[in-house]
Amino acid sequence: MIPTQFDYLAPTTVEEALAALAEHGDDAKIMAGGQSLLPVLRMRLNAPELVIDLGRIEALRGVRDDGDAVVIGAMTPHAAVGKDPLLAEHAALIPKAVEHLADAQIRHRGTFGGALAHADPAGDLGAPALALGAQFVIAGRGGTRTVAADDFFVDLFETAIGEDEILTEVRIPKHTGWGAHYEKFVRVAHQWPIVAVAAAVRVEGGTIAEARVGLTNMGNTPLRARAVEEALVGQPASEDAVRAAAARAADGTSPPSDLNGDADYRRHLATVVTRRAVLAAAGA
Amino acid sequence: MTATQERPAAEIGRDRRRKEDQRLITGRTRWTDNIVLPGMLHLAMVRSPFAHARITAIDTSAAKQATNVVGVFTGADFGESLGVNINAWPITPDQVAPVHSPMPTDRVAFAGEVVAVVVARSAAEARDAAELVDVDYDELPAALDLKAAAADEVLAHPDLGTNKSALWRFDSAEAGTGGNVDEAIAKARTDGIVIEREYRQQRLIPAFMEPRSVVVDPTGEQLTMWSATQIPHILRFALAATTGVPESKIRVIAPDVGGGFGGKLQTTPEEWIAWAVARRLGKPVKYTETRSESLLSGHHGRDQWQKLTLSAEKDGTVTGFKVELLADLGAYVSLVGGGVPVLGAFMFNAIYKFPAYQFNCQTVLTNKTWTDAYRGAGRPEATFAIERMMTELAAELGVDPLEIREKNWITHEEFPFTTVAGLEYDSGNYEAATARAKELFGYDELRAEQRRRREAGDTVQLGIGVSTFTEMCGLAPSRVLGQLDYGAGGWEHASVRMTATGKVEVAVGVSPHGQGHETAFSQIVADRLGVPFEDVEILHGDTQISHKGLDTYGSRSLVVGGEAVVRAADKVIEKARPIAAHLLEASVDDLEFAGGRFTVRGTDQGVGIGELATAVFTAHNLPDGVEPSLDSDATFDPVNFNYPHGTHLCAMEVDTETGQVRMRKYTCVDDIGNIINPLIVSGQVHGGLVQGIAQALWEEAVYDDAGTLVSGSFVDYLLPTAADTISFEIDHTTSPATTNTLGTKGVGEAGTIASTPAVVNAVVDAVRHLGVDDITMPCTPERVWRAINAAGSGGTTEGAAMPHFEAGGAAGNQETPGASSTQGGLQ
Repeated sequence: MIPTQFDYLAPTTVEEALAALAEHGDDAKIMAGGQSLLPVLRMRLNAPELVIDLGRIEALRGVRDDGDAVVIGAMTPHAAVGKDPLLAEHAALIPKAVEHLADAQIRHRGTFGGALAHADPAGDLGAPALALGAQFVIAGRGGTRTVAADDFFVDLFETAIGEDEILTEVRIPKHTGWGAHYEKFVRVAHQWPIVAVAAAVRVEGGTIAEARVGLTNMGNTPLRARAVEEALVGQPASEDAVRAAAARAADGTSPPSDLNGDADYRRHLATVVTRRAVLAAAGA
Repeated sequence: MTATQERPAAEIGRDRRRKEDQRLITGRTRWTDNIVLPGMLHLAMVRSPFAHARITAIDTSAAKQATNVVGVFTGADFGESLGVNINAWPITPDQVAPVHSPMPTDRVAFAGEVVAVVVARSAAEARDAAELVDVDYDELPAALDLKAAAADEVLAHPDLGTNKSALWRFDSAEAGTGGNVDEAIAKARTDGIVIEREYRQQRLIPAFMEPRSVVVDPTGEQLTMWSATQIPHILRFALAATTGVPESKIRVIAPDVGGGFGGKLQTTPEEWIAWAVARRLGKPVKYTETRSESLLSGHHGRDQWQKLTLSAEKDGTVTGFKVELLADLGAYVSLVGGGVPVLGAFMFNAIYKFPAYQFNCQTVLTNKTWTDAYRGAGRPEATFAIERMMTELAAELGVDPLEIREKNWITHEEFPFTTVAGLEYDSGNYEAATARAKELFGYDELRAEQRRRREAGDTVQLGIGVSTFTEMCGLAPSRVLGQLDYGAGGWEHASVRMTATGKVEVAVGVSPHGQGHETAFSQIVADRLGVPFEDVEILHGDTQISHKGLDTYGSRSLVVGGEAVVRAADKVIEKARPIAAHLLEASVDDLEFAGGRFTVRGTDQGVGIGELATAVFTAHNLPDGVEPSLDSDATFDPVNFNYPHGTHLCAMEVDTETGQVRMRKYTCVDDIGNIINPLIVSGQVHGGLVQGIAQALWEEAVYDDAGTLVSGSFVDYLLPTAADTISFEIDHTTSPATTNTLGTKGVGEAGTIASTPAVVNAVVDAVRHLGVDDITMPCTPERVWRAINAAGSGGTTEGAAMPHFEAGGAAGNQETPGASSTQGGLQ
């Protein structure tokens, strides 16, 4: 478990990091919290010549209120996201997903932006970010651009972040007053989810007015369960109505098969876990 | 026969915190990898990525030119001086076994086998250069599936002509210990009940915390090897026997060792390679494996198919039990090898009075990692089989699973009892342990809840699993081992030395790797000699200090090694007695020894053992003809195995919608005789339970169709943590062993042996009303769900890992500049 030798750079500004990335191109690798990159290096599955550590860029840390959105700095550790009061009030789905992410050590080292940029389809943050319609702010040498969640996740471990770009912050549109729940199905506590479902619903007088449902590990990217969302709107927040809507959770998905379950089993799980997530979000 | 023996004194029975824990937990101690010697070189292994392949060429030239590389060696560079890795237990005279070179030159037989070693000034440089070794392989078909391998469809070692290594058989009619099992089964087919099942014991990985590590120092008169091993004495013997170095020139040290669970009961290719390299270069070398290498190439455990036939009368009285095993040896016959399933041969009849019994075990070679002992070694497999079968018999008859056990078990009045497998159980009380377990568990209340949930058709169903177990441990009477063709004895040795200042040094031949021997043995010696606990120092693991011993495995350290300590301490007292009499000017017949002092009966005159140690050190005033030493040795060979037992009860909740399982309650009442340190016992029971539960629910070593270990990291080889377990309720009944002075029984493996069937029985019980009578281990949610929905046992595990750490994974924006080559790969 010894990585190959690499050079190490710890810039203090995004500009410095971008300059280094431009200079070294393919030979460089960005490190956020290192919770996925370091195992990959230690197992020698990747061998960059330069690791650019964003850990000293203070500007990338913290959570702030920005009108209709809550903005999370890419280098904010999961633990800070999990206990942030702004998020708890306006985007409760995010801290609920963080609560059971990996284990306590990883939640203190790993970062919100790093996990999303890693784009592991079994990662816990993609589905809630997608469900809440997050906007990803990406810096390049020519300035910043913003990418919608629907366009951010491209494929397995692949995002819209260009080779010479860095994810700097994630804007979560406020969903104040929405009920939220992240339901994770695992065999052991520290495991990546076999399937997980992120659900946020706005209930008006016992009726579901709006619903957002994101799926974890049901395809090469996090997915929106749009069929479920559409079926939920206008329905009572009841067991039967939610069950009927959740039956469509696996529509259009292509989940993986691995040691923890094959694709068919995951499709079945998605319907059960979605029902439970939506009911919990609706407080039913 | 509960609790008849009086507790002799203050230390035994006391909840002493373990004196070794401060250094073990902080890691500020002598782990092998912490050892740094002047001029020490580092090794990296080049391992085969293929399960079975001919080696056509190895090009080491690029690696030899890499920075700070001192040498690159293949098996051809060493020839016979490399030695071989031995099998110490050929279970039959005609056992078929391939020669096991630590570094083969012509053919690799499992993925992970070492084909070359790189020596460099740092571990990182050695690792870097290992990637430059270019090995050409011609892939051969691999024998992977155990049943297919047993049919010789593909040969793991073509030269041997068969994969079938040995067929070992015990038949009670032939042995004169019982009736004819085939007759019993035939009769039951006409007028009784026959239960036939086939169970899979999945392959497990010992997964000890400290990876294996070895340091060899060839400078000095004796060659010294430090190794993270359970067996320094056996290791020394095997080095001498196979590498041509006289035993007297070899010193082996197992310093602090971080766990083993049987996984370090081995003599490994890596140790042999380090030995050869150090001798060749004349410099100290170190090799420490990575976790991936540990999972890949350290020996695995279990891996059996069990075909079982149980016959009974219509009232549930068992009339016969027939066992037909296939046991996967992996690519080589390891140190204990086929002896592991044979250790189970005497335990399938468990606590029961079966009139007829037959055991057949075919060991089979495959192109997978070799297998050997893993906590329980043969006995968990046996216990699983019989405890699942007794539960199935109860289900067939529609009676409570405890009732069917009670109908068949040995009653406490019947001890000592000679079983159908020919063992004499010395003591036990299954009724008492079961009664206490039922009470603690709330058995009747949970059964009532189970009925309510079934009647209501709850999504989450409740199941209750039972496992009443016994095991044979305390390995072992040397004569019995001889009869079984094991290559060593089963005695144990201890020396008790009194220092000049009255402290006590105890050198023991057993070799702890986390068990707490230093604490437990100190308690025993403190009571025996009447000295403070803190004044006792336990020395172990160095063949120059603890020169005799047979090491630690098979729950033997206390019941065999502890008895050696007791006997050596008693000899110290007897050697001190004439000296005390001399100093007190009294007759030896008038002396009493208690509380660390000799006193003259009826007077207040006395002398302490510490004062006598000082008197012996000066030797100024000793009686004529008495040697100036109190130091004493004892070697103890047990007359019998040791038979702990217990009743384990488990309640599992099963979510019928998802197959998710959740433990609700676990209660066990183990009878392990007299207890030296209840805190250590609790730790052993808790840890043992979790390992056994993990076999039932989580752990499985999975290979793909190419023979690659898919569960090659802890992402895919699922080990539980504290977050996945519950608080266990444990208690004890006490039937002291009659075969050692302290009345103790082994506890190191008990929890692991008993818990696996308790959990599976509970999971099956939760869904039996839905038509399920078996679920393959590990009982994953998917298997449970499939069993409920298709009424099968849940199928095999899909051979694919989660992709989190695959090449190209990790952090979006770049390509993969230098993913490792397949040839140097598998770090």
